[in-house]
Amino acid sequence: MHDNIRIRTTINGEPREFLCEPRQSLLECLRDILGLTGTKEGCNDGNCGACTVIMDDRIVASCLVLGAEADGATITTIEGIARGSQLHPIQRAFLESAALQCGICTPGFIVAAKALLDQEPHPSEERIRLYLANNLCRCTGYDKIVRAVQQAAAMEEAPQ
Amino acid sequence: MSDREYAVVGTRPVRHDGADKVTGRALYGADFDAAGLLHGYILRSPHAHARILRIDTSQAMALAGVKAVVTAADFPQGSDRMVDLGEGDVPLSYVRGNLLASGKALYRGHAVAAVAAVSRHIAEEAAGLIEVEYEPLPCVLTAPDAMQEGAPLLHEDLKAGNAADHHQFAMGDIDAGFAAADVVLEREFRTATVHQGYIEPHAATALWNNDGRVLVWCSTQGSFVVRDVTACVLDLPVSRVKVTPLEIGGGFGGKIPVYLEPVAALLSRKTGRPVKIVMSRKDVFEGSGPTPGSYIRVKIGARNDGRITAAQAYLAYEAGAYPGSMVVPGAMCIFAAYDIANVAIDAYDVVVNKPSTAAYRAPGATNAAFAAETVVDEIAEKLSIDPVEFRLLNAAHEGTRRADGPKYRRIGCVEVLETIKRHPHYNAPLEGPNRGRGVAVGFWFNIGFASSCNISVNADGTVNLVEGSTDIGGTRTSIAMQAAEVLGIAAADVNPSVVDTDSIGYTAVTGGSRTTFATGWAAYEAAQDVMRQLKERAAKLWGVDAASVTAEAGVFRSGDKVLTFGELAARLGETGGPVVGRGAVNPKGVGGSFSGSIADVEVDPETGKVSILRFTSVQDVGKAIHPSYVEGQMQGGSVQGIGWALNEEYYMSPDGTMLNSSFLDYRMPTALDLPMIDTAIVEVPNPGHPFGVRGVGEANIVPPPAAIANAIYRAAGVRMRRLPMNPPAVMEAIWSQRD
Repeated sequence: MHDNIRIRTTINGEPREFLCEPRQSLLECLRDILGLTGTKEGCNDGNCGACTVIMDDRIVASCLVLGAEADGATITTIEGIARGSQLHPIQRAFLESAALQCGICTPGFIVAAKALLDQEPHPSEERIRLYLANNLCRCTGYDKIVRAVQQAAAMEEAPQ
Repeated sequence: MSDREYAVVGTRPVRHDGADKVTGRALYGADFDAAGLLHGYILRSPHAHARILRIDTSQAMALAGVKAVVTAADFPQGSDRMVDLGEGDVPLSYVRGNLLASGKALYRGHAVAAVAAVSRHIAEEAAGLIEVEYEPLPCVLTAPDAMQEGAPLLHEDLKAGNAADHHQFAMGDIDAGFAAADVVLEREFRTATVHQGYIEPHAATALWNNDGRVLVWCSTQGSFVVRDVTACVLDLPVSRVKVTPLEIGGGFGGKIPVYLEPVAALLSRKTGRPVKIVMSRKDVFEGSGPTPGSYIRVKIGARNDGRITAAQAYLAYEAGAYPGSMVVPGAMCIFAAYDIANVAIDAYDVVVNKPSTAAYRAPGATNAAFAAETVVDEIAEKLSIDPVEFRLLNAAHEGTRRADGPKYRRIGCVEVLETIKRHPHYNAPLEGPNRGRGVAVGFWFNIGFASSCNISVNADGTVNLVEGSTDIGGTRTSIAMQAAEVLGIAAADVNPSVVDTDSIGYTAVTGGSRTTFATGWAAYEAAQDVMRQLKERAAKLWGVDAASVTAEAGVFRSGDKVLTFGELAARLGETGGPVVGRGAVNPKGVGGSFSGSIADVEVDPETGKVSILRFTSVQDVGKAIHPSYVEGQMQGGSVQGIGWALNEEYYMSPDGTMLNSSFLDYRMPTALDLPMIDTAIVEVPNPGHPFGVRGVGEANIVPPPAAIANAIYRAAGVRMRRLPMNPPAVMEAIWSQRD
């Protein structure tokens, strides 16, 4: 057994410091150490996207990042997407478009969609489909998810 | 009835659990935590078929952090009996045997022992230290192989060998029917084992409490099934088990069986602490219940005028390790869309060395429709009749008798076909080389079963609704909307909760397309009960006879006296106290659903890759309570059908190892693989439901593989008779046609 490692990060705008085992993934650290269970485990091998978080402006599968690698990083999880008590336009669009059924993949999709819209405010349908191809949803067939992202892009454009 | 104007039914409110699910606050199976929590890990058989000679757990127990190890020997060893697994009765010995193998491991991935430790990593390490001595046995992986003389036997006590069960349905005179036909075609089909592919792995926590009660928190399609199975396996009265359902991350039938809860409970009894077990994705593929691979033969005869005179089918489905493959529903559905006088169906339930199969959205029907609907398409072509027209000539309607016995009440098969025929998609030109359009239809039942619902009235004019159907796809809302309609209040003024098994009456599984139908009906009854009581309260306030009080759109009236729902709700204290409505139903008026698919594909003649260019799902839903979520069911079912058609399969080595047990290699459709999925909701009200609801969740997965196979034929000239129709299979078909 190795000694635990001390990790300093900024998560959802707050400095967070924690100890983790060298073998623990960032996903485990978020869920089991920090109690941020909104980030989900669907496969633990980077193929489903349910654990997607934004790390230093890039989306990552947090199951493929070691907790130790997060030292010094700035991370946004699903818990950091809403603007205080106001839902983010992407979250509102998901609700209004009925873009979720069971909801287990929803945090990953919303985080990925936020990263996309932050980089490209007006993505085409093809671009949305490509960007979200890392995230599996088994309930919706993606139709309403793609529409929700389109709607969110339109909402962001409209005056708040 | 669907022409009736409703205030709430048919609208699209935001779902009640929505905010929690878009912010990450909703707690799913693996999110549960408790003081002193231990983590469990299950050791699984590396052999597809092996005798278990010895299990030595001493080294595992010696590892620091390990608190307990259990094997099948830790189960109470009572005598065998039948238990309700949610969609039918099965022997307790099979349930127990699948939880932890006893004597023999029957598939690779079969649970053999379980460890509880202070962390998941230590539990996994400890499992690696358990020594199991196996005597490997020859394995058998497909139904036709398992039915061969001399095939390895899975269960020595099954009298018929591996073909555990044989069902027959017959109607009319099959020989005379074929003799009257001008065209007779017989074709052979094979479909691979596929998985439901829910994104949330199975997860459960159990605490054997110091008062002797077993408390369970889990992700399940049926909290009462978990309660009853756990109690049965642990030899406890049902009242000693309390199951609190957490949010469920998909199921599609795969979260009806119980895999973890009784094992976690055994580990908790040994340690005195709560134990959580979460499956890995590999565990889910290898150790949960996929849906059967199958071998099917279909023979259909028709006259030149387009009438089908006879239809015959032979179905052999792989049940996996224990009997119960859903071949019977497959047999009941295979010709369900047609009015045929002479039918003969033979259905075999065959055990093989693969995981014990579970339901998957219209279980059994998709395999069957793939076979029947491609033969129907081929006959229509031989007779030079448009495939939709041919189906309309033979379509089932009110009064048609199905081969398994029942006569249809009002159904929407013809309406679905008419909708396809008129649909802009079906009538749009499809230009370009290597492109083709296919159609198919399918049927699935709707079950009733027990549901319970209570509604209590709040002083602010809202109500709290509690029910027992775990919510996989927005049913809190579709149930609340039916109550709101009766109460004359807004959907947002109903607060629905899915509660634990101590807090609501028995409610059967979320499955069989029953939840919006049956639990919605319980909510309707509970709301009616509230309204009866509120009318009495209004009568009391007004000093009139309760029979003179009417209620419409949330306003109570008697003569010139008027009170709104909210005004009356505020005065319950002075009229006798709280008002609680109760609904407990076991409805029989089920209305099955017909679904149709229109698929446009392009086949790459160099690689065999099939691309979906356009796809439309048509379904008779009776009455769409929340049309957005009805569309969502149709789109989701269609895309699961597309995955089943084109890519998904358990790719097995000859020794029974699944070689693609990850989402990288078990390739489910992504957003990039698909176009938008169009929907056409058909509403032929079910006369057996207060709002005309039919089961919606399942029928939509049935026709897509056949529709795509028919489209591939028009694109590439090859008839596909094996699923999946992946690039190698399509290339093989194209090459064999060139030879």
